[in-house]
Amino acid sequence: MLAATARVAGDLDLAEECVQDAYVAALDVWLREGVPANPGAWLTTAARRRAIDAHRRAQVLRTKLPLLVERVEPGSTVDDIPDDRLRLVFTCCHPAIAREAQVALTLRLVCGLSTGEIARAFLVPEATMAARVTRAKKKIAAARIAYRVPAPEELPDRLDAVLTVVHLLYTTGHTAPEGERLVRTDLVERAFELTRMLRMLMPDEREVRGLLALLLLTDARRDARTAPDGRLLLLAEQSRERWDRAAIAEGRALVPGALRGGAGRFALQAAIAALHAEAPSYVDTDWPQIVGLYDVLLRVWPSPVVALNRAVAVAMADGPAVGLAALDPLVDDPRLAGYRYLPAARADLLRRLGRAGEAAACYRQALALTDNGPERDFLTRRLNEVRGA
Amino acid sequence: MAQYLILIYESEEFYEQATPEDWQKAMDDHARFSQQVPELGGRILGGEALQPTATATTIRGDIVTDGPFVETKEALGGYYVIEAEDLDKAIAIAKLCPAGGGGVEVRPVMKFDE
Repeated sequence: MLAATARVAGDLDLAEECVQDAYVAALDVWLREGVPANPGAWLTTAARRRAIDAHRRAQVLRTKLPLLVERVEPGSTVDDIPDDRLRLVFTCCHPAIAREAQVALTLRLVCGLSTGEIARAFLVPEATMAARVTRAKKKIAAARIAYRVPAPEELPDRLDAVLTVVHLLYTTGHTAPEGERLVRTDLVERAFELTRMLRMLMPDEREVRGLLALLLLTDARRDARTAPDGRLLLLAEQSRERWDRAAIAEGRALVPGALRGGAGRFALQAAIAALHAEAPSYVDTDWPQIVGLYDVLLRVWPSPVVALNRAVAVAMADGPAVGLAALDPLVDDPRLAGYRYLPAARADLLRRLGRAGEAAACYRQALALTDNGPERDFLTRRLNEVRGA
Repeated sequence: MAQYLILIYESEEFYEQATPEDWQKAMDDHARFSQQVPELGGRILGGEALQPTATATTIRGDIVTDGPFVETKEALGGYYVIEAEDLDKAIAIAKLCPAGGGGVEVRPVMKFDE
């Protein structure tokens, strides 16, 4: 509804105000006349009318308002809503906006979360988050960031930015940055909601399909990632009967189509997740094929995090010594400075090689880098094991 | 249409040591840029190259000092004022703007009309 109103309103703040006004009006009218057959359409129409009125009332003001959107005839209908939501997502995730603000704007304007909720999700004070959102909205207006779906030639890059935001939302929820719970279910659900929306709006985009598959296949393991006592369980330790078979089936069915014709990074990650989902056990996973997929992924997306994950797979396919050799070049990569899974992965390989002293040092490094309770407990347990060895 | 300022940040060292051929190449690059802007649906409203920051004078309150406002490795070396439909178009234009190994910053121009 906000998306549909924003296009008419030409300004996100004005659109938000109009939507709020429409809710107030709805309470009044619906109490008198009963709830209409399609309350959503009623609200959207009411909010749009308010936006149009606001424009008529304030012709002078309007010239000062940023012309953030293309002109539409006030008579256009609510049928445009899917397109509007898509325009809104692309505007929120425009590369000229800082990544953290892209995430915040998407949650605020596309998912409708309050600034307070977003602030709590990202563990920043509400005033900080409000300032971040306001600043981004001001930039959209002042710099005239277009409210439109990018042209075909820009689409791959711009869609990648959108998918990155959604994926970031998912990973932030998947392992909460701090606190006693491993998973932030609310963020995970928002990520799914957004991905399914994108899939509906852009059914032919293979990377959208890939992201949905990746989220389904990763999230299928959610319940199995913690023991009944809240302890973190690694992939190797998880009870595979606790994986969500329906989610796995849905995810696996999406992978072939996502991979077709030059696979993107989300499709490749989904393919890797699918191999894990199909394996009867950690040891009996098709590690050589996983290494092969990581090799392709590294070419498509030369990220040091991918190289790290590849090294872990190499260790399973060819033994911890070969894995460690693949991992060592990453130790001095400045892009991984402060990335807790690097010392944690090194610690594990050193532990398996019987190099207890070096493993302990790496576990301590990893511990210094995480504030997530279950992760800290896991690393402390491992540290005590190698110290006792 | 909106107006944007393209600020060109370049290494001053490069221009200190530039040969006549380097200067000619920079001139050619800018000439080509001025032809490309209309092809992208934009318009150049103005622009100049600036003398190096060694010639700058800073005034804060009543105090006049030699040198630029902020010392940086890459300094403002020139600018264009362009007209473009929106930020995407302005970025597409700015990507083609010669910056001698440095980079450019795009800033929307504030409007006070009406």
